[in-house]
Amino acid sequence: MALRKKKDRGGEEPRRPRGRRAPIIELNDVTKVYPGGHMALDRVNLSIGRGEFVFLVGPTGCGKSTLIKTLIRELTATEGSVKIAGRDIGKLPEKKIPQLRRNIGTVFQDFKLLPDRTVYDNVAYALQVIGASRAEIREQVPQTLRLVGLSTKIHSYPDELSGGEQQRVSVARAFVNHPPLLLADEPSGNLDPVTSIGIMQLLYRINKAGTTVVVVTHDREMVDNMRRRVIELYEGRVVRDEVSGGYTEESTTEFGLRMRAGMGVGHEGETQTNGHSDHDHLS
Amino acid sequence: MGRIVFFFQEALRALRRNGAPSVAAIVTTVVTVVLLGMLIPIFQTAQGKSEEVRDQLNVQYALYDDATKAEIASLKKELEGIPHVAEVTFISKAEALDTLKSELKDKTIVEELHTNPLPNSFEVKADDAANLASVQKAVYPNGPEGKSISPIISNPFDRQQSSEKIEQVTSALKIVLTVITALLILASLMLVGNTIRLSIYTRRREVEVMRLVGATRWFIRWPFMIEGVVVGFAGGLLAILILWLGKITIVDPLSDSIGVLAAQNSTTLGFPALVAILFAASIVVSTIGSGVTLRRFLKV
Repeated sequence: MALRKKKDRGGEEPRRPRGRRAPIIELNDVTKVYPGGHMALDRVNLSIGRGEFVFLVGPTGCGKSTLIKTLIRELTATEGSVKIAGRDIGKLPEKKIPQLRRNIGTVFQDFKLLPDRTVYDNVAYALQVIGASRAEIREQVPQTLRLVGLSTKIHSYPDELSGGEQQRVSVARAFVNHPPLLLADEPSGNLDPVTSIGIMQLLYRINKAGTTVVVVTHDREMVDNMRRRVIELYEGRVVRDEVSGGYTEESTTEFGLRMRAGMGVGHEGETQTNGHSDHDHLS
Repeated sequence: MGRIVFFFQEALRALRRNGAPSVAAIVTTVVTVVLLGMLIPIFQTAQGKSEEVRDQLNVQYALYDDATKAEIASLKKELEGIPHVAEVTFISKAEALDTLKSELKDKTIVEELHTNPLPNSFEVKADDAANLASVQKAVYPNGPEGKSISPIISNPFDRQQSSEKIEQVTSALKIVLTVITALLILASLMLVGNTIRLSIYTRRREVEVMRLVGATRWFIRWPFMIEGVVVGFAGGLLAILILWLGKITIVDPLSDSIGVLAAQNSTTLGFPALVAILFAASIVVSTIGSGVTLRRFLKV
């Protein structure tokens, strides 16, 4: 099976002139009204190019999660079009939805790991489900676990791991088939600041390898210092979309340092109050 | 190939995890199949017997012992003159006793009778089963309760009446048993469905993850489907084992002495065919049970 659809993507878009590849995410006037009448998204327009690292921020209930769900067709937009790699996924037949999801890695606040499977099996599961061969699984899984720094915990069960480690497993599972797009919905929501920085660094490393990464967070202050593109939602509307360039070539370590500064780690009183303090020592 | 192994692993993992409802579903399937396995031969035996009786296209008329030879000869002529009568045979008391002797296993019963209680009789064969009634009507113009055409006829032994009686009994039996079987099939359908539902519930996390990583609809469904089929398979197998034990320990020894049971072996379908039907039925039932539940509770 085609694990990497990335290369064929350009070919799927013959309508676009000058051979330019379509942005990986393109939203045009996307509105989502829930059956109860609550408007979660209100004419959202945005475009995210390939290889970008984007923060999506906003307070709880601003529509961030709704936006993420429309990107993976968990929800369908009430109005407007959601395009992934130039394809309107609102018009995608139900049969094609799994194919879409195979090309989007997802990471959630609550990790969504399977408790009765080892770290290895949890990551391998993503490949088994898409019908990868045994050889592919044997090659990809240890490689990805090395990338996320969990080579030594391959045979542990999720409840034997710290929160940070569990989130790394979930990142490994999202990335194991090298999707062109990775969505992280509050990946550090349950983690202490030091651990979250580790996760962010990991996501950044994945981004540097060519995957577009969208990180959802409710922590505005942290992202202000990141000098990355920040899209802010407020009551279902995009109220800010800043492209802060100039740091695209920085190393993962520099990224981590800036992040540490942004989150005020080390300054008591400024640290975030959420999450349990499970120390996940990073290299 | 690896995929099939994966599906089976997932299904068996789920069965182990919710053991109690799985066992309940298996037990219900066993009960249903065992009942079905007993009903089919019973139906067939009853049907076979009543048809066998009806197919003997004759009526017998017993004669009074004091009838003279001349009277018997003239009655024979008279009977032969009735339309649709194909053959009229005189069976003497002695012949009747011989027949009875050959039918009985224990000949001493006949020996102990010091006199012959059987009457002389005429066996009247019709050319067609459908014309038997008109022949009877010709002999008894005023119905079976009225007077016959000859004073020497004591009474008819109407085989049709006895075949009707067999049919009445069997059709009542059939209705009762069919209702019970239908209810049991429904119960096992629902229990298999319930097992699958519980399984979906305990594995909702897995289903969620599967969807997120892009599993197709059928990829998610197969393990549940297999789970249901495994329940049907296990239930069917157990039931057939029980039926087989019942056959060799109870039915087979009895059929040597009881004619009706012996008839089963010749008129009904053989045990292998019955096993095949029951096995197919239990798997079909469990497949439907899990399929319907999946449609309702697993919107993917």
